[in-house]
Amino acid sequence: MLPYLCSLYGIFLKIGLFTIGGGYAMIPLMEREIITRHGWLTAAEFLDIVAVAEVTPGPLAINAATFIGYRLGGFGGAMLASLGVITPSLVILLLFGNFLMQLILDPCAERFLKGLRPALIALISVAVITLGRAALVDLTTALIAAGLFVIGIFCPRLNPLYLIVMGALLGLLFYPY
Amino acid sequence: MSREQQAVPPKAVSLLTIFLVFLKVGAFTFGGGYAMLPIIQREVVTRRQWIGEKHFFDLLIVAQSLPGTIALNSAIQVGMRLRGIPGGILAALGVVIPSVGIILALVIFFLPAFQGNVFVKAVFYGLRPAVVALIAMAVINLGRNIFDHWSSIALAAVLLAVTLLLKVHPIIVLLTGGLAGLMIFKEKAN
Repeated sequence: MLPYLCSLYGIFLKIGLFTIGGGYAMIPLMEREIITRHGWLTAAEFLDIVAVAEVTPGPLAINAATFIGYRLGGFGGAMLASLGVITPSLVILLLFGNFLMQLILDPCAERFLKGLRPALIALISVAVITLGRAALVDLTTALIAAGLFVIGIFCPRLNPLYLIVMGALLGLLFYPY
Repeated sequence: MSREQQAVPPKAVSLLTIFLVFLKVGAFTFGGGYAMLPIIQREVVTRRQWIGEKHFFDLLIVAQSLPGTIALNSAIQVGMRLRGIPGGILAALGVVIPSVGIILALVIFFLPAFQGNVFVKAVFYGLRPAVVALIAMAVINLGRNIFDHWSSIALAAVLLAVTLLLKVHPIIVLLTGGLAGLMIFKEKAN
């Protein structure tokens, strides 16, 4: 159990370390590590967890890590996974907080980040395709995804929570009981 | 709320206050990190005037450029500015404790009771496409801010093709993008 829990911490540390630019950056990493590489969850289970992480308060990455950690290793797994995703933030900011501003405004860092963002777009696009295959199982689900996507694009300031709630209601209405 | 107060350096704010303010932010902000930022801003800039508006936006730049969630990175920086390392740690705990606590309560007490329920199945049947829509929106929103130049679009397209064809690990893709950025944007950096 202990080596397993340690590797759980290590995986979430890795996910935290490469989640740059917000919660959605973590999705391709989690998908690769948890679904593809270790086969610990199916894509559908992963989507369910992300949905719950969206409707509960707090940052998406921490909520998802706690949930996945619990599924994989109980209470200890939940603690280690959430600790893993927050460790890079804590260590980097607490140790180097005062120098980071100069470092990030350095032209080199700026260029690196400028290249990192298109890479992030590519990765999240791939995640949309992979996870879409698991979520869009029939015409109804495809229409739900398309409809909510269009609403979200035309109302960019809408809290994502509302889209999630709409998804849940549409699911209740149109599920093939 | 007067503007003059912004120039005053932060007074000694108690560690407990820092913890409680971020606990409130963590417990009552739905919709992920981006939804938390305006709430953090209202608490620490507008209401309590712990830091000035410009300083807050500087913190955000650092928060978005570093590993980790943006809300947590912002909270740690605000806490550190007020009370050094202990302030940073307590701000982080404030943001994280509600997240972890609420998820644990859900998975331990709430979800097992509904396992296999047909209505829960129906809800998740609709939630899954909703999450896919949200992730697809993240692509569009990121793209809006980034694609100001053809070379960024080309870089994204090349990396997309490479990722789809070769199934490269995301970390390799990110590092490749960063290194490509160092080379491509060399002359254009102003």
